[in-house]
Amino acid sequence: MAARRTTKKPNISAEELLGYYRDMLLIRRFEEKAGQLYGMGLIGGFCHLYIGQEAVVVGLEAAAKEGDKRVTSYRDHGHMLACGMDPNGVMAELTGREGGYSKGKGGSMHMFSKEKHFYGGHGIVGAQVPIGAGLAFADKYLGNDNVTFAYFGDGAANQGQVYETYNMAMLWDLPVVFVIENNKYAMGTSVQRATKSPSLWERGAAYGIPGEEVDGMDVLAVKAAGEKAVAHCRAGKGPYILEVMTYRYRGHSMSDPAKYRTRDEVQKMRDERDAIEHVRDLLLQGKHATEDDLKAIDKDIKAVVNDAAEFSKESPEPALEELWTDIYADTVPQTA
Amino acid sequence: MATEILMPALSPTMEEGTLAKWLVKEGDTVSAGDVIAEIETDKATMEFEAVDEGTMGKILVAEGTEGVKVNTPIAVLVDEGESADDIASGDTAAQALEAAAPAADAAAKAAPAGGSAKAAPPATASAEPKPDTSPDWPEGTEMRTQTVRESLRDAMAEEMRANDRVFVMGEEVAEYQGAYKITQGLLDEFGARRVVDTPITEHGFAGIGVGAAFGGLRPIVEFMTFNFAMQAIDQILNSAAKTLYMSGGQMGCPIVFRGPNGAAARVGAQHSQCYAAWYSQIPGLKVAMPYSAADAKGLLKSAIRDPNPVIFLENEILYGRSFEVPVLDDFTVPFGKAKIWREGSDVTIVSFGIGMTYALEAAGKLAEDGIEAEVIDLRTLRPMDTDAILASVRKTNRLVTVEEGFPQGSVGNYITSVVMEHAFDYLDAPVINLTGKDVPMPYAANLEKLALVTTDEVIDAVRRVTYR
Repeated sequence: MAARRTTKKPNISAEELLGYYRDMLLIRRFEEKAGQLYGMGLIGGFCHLYIGQEAVVVGLEAAAKEGDKRVTSYRDHGHMLACGMDPNGVMAELTGREGGYSKGKGGSMHMFSKEKHFYGGHGIVGAQVPIGAGLAFADKYLGNDNVTFAYFGDGAANQGQVYETYNMAMLWDLPVVFVIENNKYAMGTSVQRATKSPSLWERGAAYGIPGEEVDGMDVLAVKAAGEKAVAHCRAGKGPYILEVMTYRYRGHSMSDPAKYRTRDEVQKMRDERDAIEHVRDLLLQGKHATEDDLKAIDKDIKAVVNDAAEFSKESPEPALEELWTDIYADTVPQTA
Repeated sequence: MATEILMPALSPTMEEGTLAKWLVKEGDTVSAGDVIAEIETDKATMEFEAVDEGTMGKILVAEGTEGVKVNTPIAVLVDEGESADDIASGDTAAQALEAAAPAADAAAKAAPAGGSAKAAPPATASAEPKPDTSPDWPEGTEMRTQTVRESLRDAMAEEMRANDRVFVMGEEVAEYQGAYKITQGLLDEFGARRVVDTPITEHGFAGIGVGAAFGGLRPIVEFMTFNFAMQAIDQILNSAAKTLYMSGGQMGCPIVFRGPNGAAARVGAQHSQCYAAWYSQIPGLKVAMPYSAADAKGLLKSAIRDPNPVIFLENEILYGRSFEVPVLDDFTVPFGKAKIWREGSDVTIVSFGIGMTYALEAAGKLAEDGIEAEVIDLRTLRPMDTDAILASVRKTNRLVTVEEGFPQGSVGNYITSVVMEHAFDYLDAPVINLTGKDVPMPYAANLEKLALVTTDEVIDAVRRVTYR
């Protein structure tokens, strides 16, 4: 299998690099727009932005193939855009409109796409982890070589069900990549204030699950680690853990007083470690693109995001009848 | 192009706030993500970040201003070489917002005149109750005597033979042959791929079951008892029951959670609770609680085929009981169809699960005294065959409900509310809800007996509502 590729830095083409730049930029601009719409009162409730963490999903999607599945928590907009879901449908769900992925009935935290193998969007911290292992269980049961990416944060990493899942995933050799997106803060509690474990991925050792720490601000490093993890799973060796070190620039949700970290800390990450700037530098320094090329991409992305915002405002609210639909699937075959 | 910066809503409920401090001044260059102001709400002081880049053209609301309404322009951002007066009309966020609001209004208004009627909930009962009283199997069908235990096993085995995607998982379901021997023989026939022993980890394997259902399988998750499912109730409610709705109908969770529920004998408070009322409260779940072996088999087969999450509540004491079961190739019982075990005209007794034991015993004894009770077994609690109850109450004018769960918020309470609403004028006596006592289950034999509902209590309740 592809295991021999693991230690090598991926040999990347200009085209691929431009693709990552575009995908990450789409997430960032989309999230900035979502923040803006929230401020205008068009998006309600909780809204958790992914700004700063873009390289994690874009790098891992680069390691996925058609048929692979993904499931994550409530900070899910980036995951949906990265796996190819329609920005219009995502934004319209944020505004609670008929054109949203869940017809406006799910909201920011609860979206799904069977077509793109995106299984949510889960609002209960840690609940998506056994669900991810269950998706992998189904693939193994059905005898295909699909892999599931089960994303969760450093906060969820302290939930008991994560370890129940580690145990069974390893016991049954399930093809699941556990992706710990360590953005250093579980809401307002820093990792250091939540655990004395020096690292989160190493906890997998108690169950025999291999893993590693990954620089989540470097999309190429994430992709390389993702390929290694996926190859491990596809080879039938069971689960793999990636602890991706990342950083969330914005608050936990829109209503975050931001008193648990300094402004300087955030600014330093943005100035020195920004994942999009990193790719931008690689593109320019490697002469893969000119400033004008990148400006053109910026312009395209802005248009996509503005269109999504427009769609999300113009799409009507769900019909009142929708209150009473989708509670039960109603076809019960009388013969198996 | 100049852009207005609007007073943001920083929480789901914020309507206004204090502009505590400006961190930039006119003429400063800002880029997206820069903190430009501090805003105080009733809950906290929050940093406000720019979402566009440009130069601070004009500050419209001075720092220290209180009661600034959300969406009020507080500053103007301009591009290089522009002045704050250049705000392009028709291009500001405020106007975009105004444009959006009427659209939503229009959508609400566009709903057809009958819209509100259509948006009414599905009725809990029909105006004229028309219960389905068709027999569960054709007359003359060959019958065989079988225990509830065997019937449950047969149901699973038949469905597993018919559909490779059906599998069973749980503690001791495979090599041990089931803690209560419900899965006896399944490992031999179907192998370890489809009969999966789990570690003792209810929360985890319930979640894995849900994921497997999302992934296209048809899991049967056995809980050694539903008392242990408390560890997993988040996955059952939040992940299994709600996903179809939250996904706008895209993705459901076809899964059966089954196992013994309620009191057994002398196992104390933590192993004796009945969860019928709990689960039957949840939209998105279906709940079955069979009494007889035939219903156990027919309902479990229906549950396994159902595209929705089903809670299947069994009873340890009933496992060993024998009943007549029809010998048919493919016998199923539909959900939402009650069974009338005994017809009568003096009083209606509604029960389900092991409560039926007391209801039927009581009816037998009451008949000796000339009181004819109609005994209805609900079989499924969600959907519930309220038509069967209402039709019967219209005939008998009296109702007693029997269950083992706790009294407050019981299934009987719900039935009573339906009857009050739809058959109030038919009632000749108050409805009595017989339940387990309002105490944690005691261990001592005499106290345990006292805590459970009894046949004598059913007889006494019937005498009270019939004034005989």
